[in-house]
Amino acid sequence: MESLSNKKKVLEVKPLNFLERAYLPAIAGGLATTMKHFFKKPVTISYPEEKREYSENFRGMHSLKRDENGKERCTACGLCALSCPAEAITMTAAERQPGEEHLYREEKYAAVYEINMLRCIFCGLCEEACPKEAIYLDGDHVPADYLRKDFIYGKDKLVEAPLNQ
Amino acid sequence: MSTFYFIAFLSIFFSILVISAKNPVHSILYLILTFFTFTIHYILLNAQFLAIVNFIVYMGAILVLFLYTLMLINLNKESEPVKPFMVKIAGVFGGGILAVALASSLKLVAASNPVILKNPDLGLVKNLGKVLFNEFLLPFEVSSVLLLSAMVGAVLLATKDPKTA
Amino acid sequence: METADLIFRIVLIVIVFAISLVVAMYSTYAERKVAAFFQDRIGPNRAGPWGILQPLADGGKMFLKEEIIPTNATGFLFIVGPSLAILTACIGSAVIPWGKAISIGSHTFDLQVTDINVGVLYIFGVVSLGVYGVMIGGWASNNKYSLLGAIRAASQNISYEISMGLSIIALLMLTGTLSLKEIAEQQHSWHWNIIRQPLGFILFIVCAFAETNRTPFDLPECETELVGGYHTEYSSMKLGFYLFAEYINMFISSAVMATLYWGGYNYPFMDDVAASLGANPAAIIGVVVLFAKIFLFIFFFMWVRWTIPRFRYDQLMDLGWKILIPLAIANIVLTGIGSTLLTHLGY
Repeated sequence: MESLSNKKKVLEVKPLNFLERAYLPAIAGGLATTMKHFFKKPVTISYPEEKREYSENFRGMHSLKRDENGKERCTACGLCALSCPAEAITMTAAERQPGEEHLYREEKYAAVYEINMLRCIFCGLCEEACPKEAIYLDGDHVPADYLRKDFIYGKDKLVEAPLNQ
Repeated sequence: MSTFYFIAFLSIFFSILVISAKNPVHSILYLILTFFTFTIHYILLNAQFLAIVNFIVYMGAILVLFLYTLMLINLNKESEPVKPFMVKIAGVFGGGILAVALASSLKLVAASNPVILKNPDLGLVKNLGKVLFNEFLLPFEVSSVLLLSAMVGAVLLATKDPKTA
Repeated sequence: METADLIFRIVLIVIVFAISLVVAMYSTYAERKVAAFFQDRIGPNRAGPWGILQPLADGGKMFLKEEIIPTNATGFLFIVGPSLAILTACIGSAVIPWGKAISIGSHTFDLQVTDINVGVLYIFGVVSLGVYGVMIGGWASNNKYSLLGAIRAASQNISYEISMGLSIIALLMLTGTLSLKEIAEQQHSWHWNIIRQPLGFILFIVCAFAETNRTPFDLPECETELVGGYHTEYSSMKLGFYLFAEYINMFISSAVMATLYWGGYNYPFMDDVAASLGANPAAIIGVVVLFAKIFLFIFFFMWVRWTIPRFRYDQLMDLGWKILIPLAIANIVLTGIGSTLLTHLGY
């Protein structure tokens, strides 16, 4: 059949000549190739010490932000939980008591805030949904662990460190 | 002399194990040990070349092939053919005759006549080679022709008949 | 035998044994490093500076791992297998001449454990015995993959032993002796046998790769087809013994190749060195030279491993029986003709 695209190349299969059949030149060629790589610079990045450059909009572990006075921004409105396609976020709201004004910015705050990192798909919709700019996915990778329950991150792991520290 | 008796005891001990072992693979392994004691016998006789050739050819090649085939065929109790009663009788009869013949021949040579080598270094490679290629040149060459014909026969048996293939 | 000689010999045995174990240990490290360099990586670098404590860590791991003997394995033979493998690997070093004789006071000591006059054949015997460790272990595991690995090892070893023996016969026709010490002595200064036997050396090294089960001939343990080959069922130090035996075999066969073809402990201008420095320092330099050659061969083993992919089984057998054996026989004939012609021409 005639080729439609005229791009077909007919390859001629030649019988191997003596040197090709002896294989030794081919083996020597292979050895030369590997030897070239022996002196090349390694491409390895020794991870914990050196890190590869990350993209500007890389989405890693979540962090719950504080405002300029060190108060928690989150008001437990639940928009992040609602927007989460993986249903990874749960929270319990509580009312701010007198004397806790330096801890929480508004009258309502999240007493419990949990993200299941096994469910989370790091899409960043919670970040976009948040009206208070309280949650950002600006952390590192989520580290490995042994038990499933250890992947449910509470406020102890998510909230930013206090300002004065 | 005590070394000889010890090694001779081991050879007989292992050869009895060869025929009494239930598992054919174990029996081959005992046979390997038996041949190993033979090698030591040759060394005691100062026949180094014979010792090492026994080591290479019998222990290293022939018994490997034995083991090889025995591992492939599944020899167990169920597949063992049932021997008829007559065969057993014949076996006992033949064994008895062999025992009688051995006993009578041992009686004839009551006083053993130890062979004293004229040249104790005969077993060394150099001397052995000289003897083989001078005194025993004809038998040596004839036996090599014999081996060659056996080899050709084996190749003939192994090649397929072009008509039937 | 004198007492001094006996003591020296025992010390030498211990030293040679220790050296072969250390070399084998660090071959595992070197293998991983070399592999890494060939693949543009770094390799193990966490245990100690540049990872040089890695072999110790690996050894500790092997000792502490759980010891598993499968229920249906033949218990005793299951243990005999790896023991035999490492035993046969270690006893090969007995006949290798490590250097010229060293004189301390009025005594002269040979740097060779024993100089038997069938040294080359002894090496052969040990090599051919080495397959039993693999076969017994593979059979005793009572596992189909192990059995297939054992069978492959057996047939491969037997096939390549033939061409190895034939390639050596051509060398022996020139040396006229089976003693490794004499063969080493004959290659004084730069008269190395590789000049007279290039084809024989190529045949020998190919067979050495096959006998030590190294890539491209590592079919007895190829992972893609046979899980782990003959050591599928092995764990902890028994597995360690199998892996260790492979590296010791590599060390011994490198030493044999260096001694038979590359001059052993001889090096060019050794007479001048001996004249200016004295006999003993020259002999020690010879030992260093021999070890340098051995390490180069070990490096070559690794280099080939990370270059050439594994053969298919029928290709392996084709290479052994249809190419190497005829070539080895041709080499014998050529050597015979050549040496006869040269003697007639008066060389």
